[in-house]
Amino acid sequence: MTHIKVNVDGTIYEDDVEPRLLLVHYLRDRLGLTGTPIGCDTSNCGACTVDLDGATAKSCSVLAVQADGCAVTTVQGLAKDGEWTPLQRAFHEQHGLQCGYCTPGMIMAARDLLRENPHPTAEEVRGALEGNLCRCTGYQNIVRAVLAAAGQQDGSGTQAQAPSGQQVTEEATA
Amino acid sequence: MTDQAVAGETGTGREVGRSRLRKEDARLITGQTTWTDNIQVAGMLHLAVLRSPMAHARITRVDVAPALERPGVLAAFSGADLAEGLGSLPCAWPVTEDIVLPDHPPIAVEEVRYAGDPVAVVVARDRYAAADALEAIEVDYDPLPPVLDLEDALAEGAPLVHSDKGTNRCYTWPLATGESFAAVRERAEVTIKRRYHQQRLIPSAMEPRAVVVTPLAASGEYTMYSATQIPHILRIMLATVTGIPEHKLRVIAPDVGGGFGSKLQVYGEEVLALAVARRLGRPVKWTESRSEGHLATHHGRGMIQDIEVAATREGRLLGLKVDLLADMGAYLMLVTPGIPILGAFMYPAIYKMDSYEFTCTGVFTTRTPTDAYRGAGRPEATFAIERIMDELAAELGLDPVELRRRNWIRHEEFPYTTIAGLTYDSGDYEAATAKALALFGYDGLRAEQRERAERGDPVRLGIGVSTFTEMCGLAPSRVLRDLRYGAGGWEAASIRMLPTGKVEVVTGTSPHGQGHETCWSQIAADVLGVPFEDVEVLHGDTRSSPQGMDTYGSRSLAVGGEAVHRAATTVVDKARKVAAHLLEASEQDLEFREGVFSVKGSPEARRSIQEIAFEAFTNHDLPDGVEPSINAEHVVDPENFSFPHGTHLCAVEVDTETGRTWIRSYVCVDDVGHVVNPMIVEGQVHGGLAQGIAQALYEEAVYDDEGNLVSGSMADYLVPSAADLPEFVTDRTETPASSNALGVKGVGEAGTIASTPAVVNAVVDALRPLGVTDVRMPCTPERVWRAVREATA
Repeated sequence: MTHIKVNVDGTIYEDDVEPRLLLVHYLRDRLGLTGTPIGCDTSNCGACTVDLDGATAKSCSVLAVQADGCAVTTVQGLAKDGEWTPLQRAFHEQHGLQCGYCTPGMIMAARDLLRENPHPTAEEVRGALEGNLCRCTGYQNIVRAVLAAAGQQDGSGTQAQAPSGQQVTEEATA
Repeated sequence: MTDQAVAGETGTGREVGRSRLRKEDARLITGQTTWTDNIQVAGMLHLAVLRSPMAHARITRVDVAPALERPGVLAAFSGADLAEGLGSLPCAWPVTEDIVLPDHPPIAVEEVRYAGDPVAVVVARDRYAAADALEAIEVDYDPLPPVLDLEDALAEGAPLVHSDKGTNRCYTWPLATGESFAAVRERAEVTIKRRYHQQRLIPSAMEPRAVVVTPLAASGEYTMYSATQIPHILRIMLATVTGIPEHKLRVIAPDVGGGFGSKLQVYGEEVLALAVARRLGRPVKWTESRSEGHLATHHGRGMIQDIEVAATREGRLLGLKVDLLADMGAYLMLVTPGIPILGAFMYPAIYKMDSYEFTCTGVFTTRTPTDAYRGAGRPEATFAIERIMDELAAELGLDPVELRRRNWIRHEEFPYTTIAGLTYDSGDYEAATAKALALFGYDGLRAEQRERAERGDPVRLGIGVSTFTEMCGLAPSRVLRDLRYGAGGWEAASIRMLPTGKVEVVTGTSPHGQGHETCWSQIAADVLGVPFEDVEVLHGDTRSSPQGMDTYGSRSLAVGGEAVHRAATTVVDKARKVAAHLLEASEQDLEFREGVFSVKGSPEARRSIQEIAFEAFTNHDLPDGVEPSINAEHVVDPENFSFPHGTHLCAVEVDTETGRTWIRSYVCVDDVGHVVNPMIVEGQVHGGLAQGIAQALYEEAVYDDEGNLVSGSMADYLVPSAADLPEFVTDRTETPASSNALGVKGVGEAGTIASTPAVVNAVVDALRPLGVTDVRMPCTPERVWRAVREATA
């Protein structure tokens, strides 16, 4: 067993873990943070994508012990005080999800893209999400959502304050 | 896109036809989901399954004892340990009287028949311990010859998948209508015969399968959570297989991450988890890994199609003959034999002809069983007819669109009974095609294609057409009887008007990404005249929604949505009686508009339906015969299938030097009748297109000569990413279905059914000047390159 200390979505956890324990299983089975799902066992699908110290990582391909001393952000840590981020809102408004299983990973990967490239083209969005598979949407509305979220950011790439999801006019405009 | 509202008879028309954002999204985009694998129960154990590494072998020894020595392991069982008391996994669709129905134990006892067949299980305190312990189990196999080729399997003396059955032929199902094909062939000026291969596909829903069983030993009750499309059917079948009384079983499909047919199944692991939980008296979870799912979740397609068409020189179709060999895999699962039969009626598609002959022979192989995959039989049919229509057009020197126009059912001919015996209630192929051609810029692309071919551009432009229809809204029970299906095709809905005026819609459909919570709310809100936000949709739990036929075959809206509509209409009828009492008026003198009853001529006397719900709850003096409830339920048996159609056009660029193919533009105009939520309909089309295109260009379950699955993980099986797919242009025409009050047809499978032939037709069209007449799916760069080389050698 190895002792680790990890900041997950702003809460610090200390645990003794087996060295082979995957980060995604640590999140899901030990911490009960099941918002990050598992879609494959070969790191192809990206459903388990999280932010690890400011860069995306597929949490099925990281050991929990490698996250020792790190800050992990999952999809569950994005909304603040019930207010969705522009990306979460855009996925809702652009119908960028159907079954929603890939959505946490998609949002985390798109968040990373917009940090690096605040105003991507549709082709750049498609390229950046290549490591995240979706079986429902054909990706078209995911691309729309990311572009829409990009349009809501200011020039510095930090995400603008958004109204809470509940206050959004509940009708698609696209 | 026209977002025209559709008023129900009693409805306000404010909700249906609107692109309401989805109620489902809030939990899905914030990670507050309930996937089955998220569920943790006190004392829960983890089940892991040891699977056969061989396609076909006799099991000579299984020793699970060494696994019990491993840390954290509580139990381990061989097939023989578990077999007692477990029946065969069910096949609900014995398509012929003399079908061969092999025994299908949930876990192999004497023989394994595909790589992935379960042979033993372990139960441990965590998933890692369970996975480790599998390695300690000792199994000895005596290899038997694999059965892989569909034609070889039927040959005299071929090794048998089920030796006790004496044959690998599962069934032969014939259909012949109109003149004999021999007769029309005689008078035909042109006949064309082709062989097409439907490769095996792996459905690949993003959520792997998972099941959690919690037993309550004291009362003998069991709750199963499963990543399933069919909680209701599963419950009945589990009772049958395990002997646990149905009323002691509760099945819950919580949030389910896609299905595409792969979760329309009663799986061995569901039975095993229940059996083990029962035996140990402890909660048990099993979650498949993706690679395990590639072996053990059913596959789709897998057919050889011989198709022959007879026509006149002018391009009038005279007849069609189709002979199929369909790969059943090793066992018959829930609806395995019926999948090709769902396609049998669709080969004539939108065309008029005098003769149609069809046979399908189901064949056992030592491969993962096949069953429903998005479209289920209809994509195969559409592919074959739309591919051969292009071949016929080429033979006759006709534009492929013009050939279709000469043969399709004209809009004024509806309702039209096809040569296959289906009565298409409505459609307008002319309108959809005209719109698609205009959006696509068909003439301009044809001109560019000619110009590039003339100057010898090594990158060729190809244009593919697919004018498809399908039968969905499964299904009229009388038709299912004729097809020997084991159940009816109805769907149930009930509406509970809560005392505070809020509404619970209870549906028998079981969504896994389709957005039923949103759409059913729209339907109910319109009929009842209540706010969309006041409606909650309950589904996927046999305790809260006791009656249902579940979700598959693009049936949910046309059958289940119709049931919601009718139940809501009955709520209004019942509320009218209570309103008449409260307003001291006769029912005939009441008007119902936007959720409010008022007395004709005295508009101040009014009660909303939400107030009436409260009055029904509290009232002490309702007249005799007036029920103190305005709740209602309805079970709908559809009178006909629905027949969505559309015209899909695809332009591809094919590099003849490298074989690389990419889609330059894709335009589709679908007619799915009236739409409840245009945004959701468009999303369904996008996803369907992606899966159909994936079959055309990317995906194939590949086996080696020993029967091992080579594409056994997501690293080897190419589910396309955003970078592999184009931006689609989608539009609609709207010809309402006449078989339901909503006028809806269903959209879940349309894109998948239509797109595969559009893409392959485009690839072949690009290469036809070089002499290429077919490229086998998936049209990988290697296959395209080889086709070009062979044609130009």
